[in-house]
Amino acid sequence: MTLNLVFFYFFSALAVVSAILMITRRNVVHSAIFLVTALLATAGIYLQLRAELLFAVQIILYVGGIMVLFLFVIMLVNLDVAVRQAAFSRQTWLAILLAAAMTGQVALAVWTGRASVTLPPVQAGALDPNTEIVGLALFRNHMLPFEIASILLLVAMIGAVVMSKKKI
Amino acid sequence: MIPTEHYLALSFILFTIGVIGVLTRRNVIIILMSIELILNAVNINLVAFSRHLGGVDGQIFAIFIITDAAAEAAVGLGIIIAFFRNRATVLADEMDLLKW
Amino acid sequence: MTDWLIQFFAPHVVPLIIVLFVVLVLPLLVGYVVLLERKVMADMQARLGPMRVGPHGLLQPIADAVKLLIKEDIIPENADRFLFWIAPLISVTAAMVAFSGLTFAPGKYELFGHLNTIAVADLNIGLLFVVAVSSMGIFGIVLGGWASNSHYSLLGALRSSAQMVSYETAAGMALISGLLLAGSLSTRAIVERQAAEGVWFIFLAPVGFFIYLVAGIAETNRAPFDLPEAESELVAGYMTEFSGFRWSLYFLAEYANMIVVSGIATTLFLGGWLRPFAGAAELNFLDFAPPVIFLGVAGYCLWRVPRLFEPVHKVVMTLFAGLCLLLALVLALPVTVLPSWKPVLHGVFWFVAKVVAYLYAFMWFRFTFPRYRFDQLMRLGWQFMIPVSIVHVMLLALALVLQRDPGQGGLGWPWWHGMLVSTGGTLLVAAWLAALSERRQAAPAGSPA
Repeated sequence: MTLNLVFFYFFSALAVVSAILMITRRNVVHSAIFLVTALLATAGIYLQLRAELLFAVQIILYVGGIMVLFLFVIMLVNLDVAVRQAAFSRQTWLAILLAAAMTGQVALAVWTGRASVTLPPVQAGALDPNTEIVGLALFRNHMLPFEIASILLLVAMIGAVVMSKKKI
Repeated sequence: MIPTEHYLALSFILFTIGVIGVLTRRNVIIILMSIELILNAVNINLVAFSRHLGGVDGQIFAIFIITDAAAEAAVGLGIIIAFFRNRATVLADEMDLLKW
Repeated sequence: MTDWLIQFFAPHVVPLIIVLFVVLVLPLLVGYVVLLERKVMADMQARLGPMRVGPHGLLQPIADAVKLLIKEDIIPENADRFLFWIAPLISVTAAMVAFSGLTFAPGKYELFGHLNTIAVADLNIGLLFVVAVSSMGIFGIVLGGWASNSHYSLLGALRSSAQMVSYETAAGMALISGLLLAGSLSTRAIVERQAAEGVWFIFLAPVGFFIYLVAGIAETNRAPFDLPEAESELVAGYMTEFSGFRWSLYFLAEYANMIVVSGIATTLFLGGWLRPFAGAAELNFLDFAPPVIFLGVAGYCLWRVPRLFEPVHKVVMTLFAGLCLLLALVLALPVTVLPSWKPVLHGVFWFVAKVVAYLYAFMWFRFTFPRYRFDQLMRLGWQFMIPVSIVHVMLLALALVLQRDPGQGGLGWPWWHGMLVSTGGTLLVAAWLAALSERRQAAPAGSPA
């Protein structure tokens, strides 16, 4: 039990610190590395929530696929002059003010409505052979979204290739 | 057992950081990375509720969100490369061709 | 206090031993794999290889390790120091963590009141975990190439990572074809399934094994797919600017990756810890093979001792012979006296033997085939490997369905019918694709790429 709590706080702290470092670095490659760390911490949170397939999928797809793509593009568009330019836009203070306002709003809504929502008690262990249950649900109840997602990926692949060609 | 509210709080904190990143940075690639952070925050929320309610739909939705994030990142980065080839910049302030 | 310590560590005794082995002993072991490679290379090139440092070169890895550790650590002038520091770490960590998914011997053993499997963790997504962690190794390469601030490094890194990403899909599909037969992602359950079926999965899905073999060679950047690190092409690719200890970390990561890929292939296709013909009781004399092999090696070493020239060589050779005798004794005891230890000790022996055989195949290919040009490599990966592996998965799934009883929607075929269908169909498609690509290459070079 205490080990569970230690892991949760470790992964959460890693995720939050990595996220903050990601949006504040001037060097884009360092930013990408910190996003990788944040994604790995998120994968740790999934593992802690007993969602093992999602843990593996997050590492293979997000970290091993999407972030490698980001790194390639960063290397392609890297400008040396970027190091001396301003990293934050002119609307930074307004943005932070708005984010604080949003946080205040959500906190107020959650606090005043805390008695109105009663969630059922936690059904621990209901998803236990996790990969089998997710696989069965994906291929039985959610077959149509699965097929649509594959067509979406095909469209995205063709779109990305066409857009990066020099002459169509 | 960690109460679900802790996961929701973590998800909200990451979401806010992502939103600040999108609104604040000039480099378009960092804006795209902050969008990925927002999507991950939503995923944590979904998976936490999936464990709480015992239904697998949250995790299925999270898998689809990861798939869509991949598609969107690929297309978005393709657009950035095409724009960079034309205007040699990746700063959002300088992408002002449609401004009057 | 000691009570609490025992309570805390009791479930983790075997995992801790394996982790300490991987972190502390594996670097030395990788040194000896490099020595093995140099000796195999020498053998295939009709010469002798390292002979001088120890008897038959047995102390060469130690000399190499000392040399690498005392070398000057050079960092290029405009290199990104943070990335330069972290890139080899990522590669090595990814390669070593991947060992957590492998299971080395059967059974659960009760130690201090808890059941342990002979693995770091008996994950029920074991195979997927190893694939996921191996795909993290790409970052070490990309960041290493970028951080070096040098043309050779960047080109080598981009080529190497593009190659790894391309062959990951084909390797994954080949693993899926093995998983269709196994029915579970847990490495322990896969080998137990092979024991239950009585046949290694290489005989049921040989095309899958060969696709994984080739894709594994490309994944680990070994010849004939080693253009990114070939000396005549790109100096050393992404490893060019790293010297001394940092370079040795990259080298360790590459060989650890090779061992992990061999471990996965052994688990999924070659029967893991199973003795050859494990189910046939009349071939139980094969249980004596492990101690006999070590006795033979010890005998050869002792015969060579008087024929060596230097005293240091004689001492090292005698010690090596003593080690082999000890191993022979350890492996002979379970067969005769302590049968309860047989699954663990003999299981680990057969697993390691199969991994070593697979590594020998890696080395054999390195010194036999000429190097692929990069565009040929990418064409092979995307236009041949991936379609063939996808077709194989589909045909194998079809064959497995047709093998079910008629009551469950199949036709009740015997197992070798299904194997013929899947293997034959896949080979036909592969031959057609190969003919297509030959016709395309015979066409004039003006055709679009």
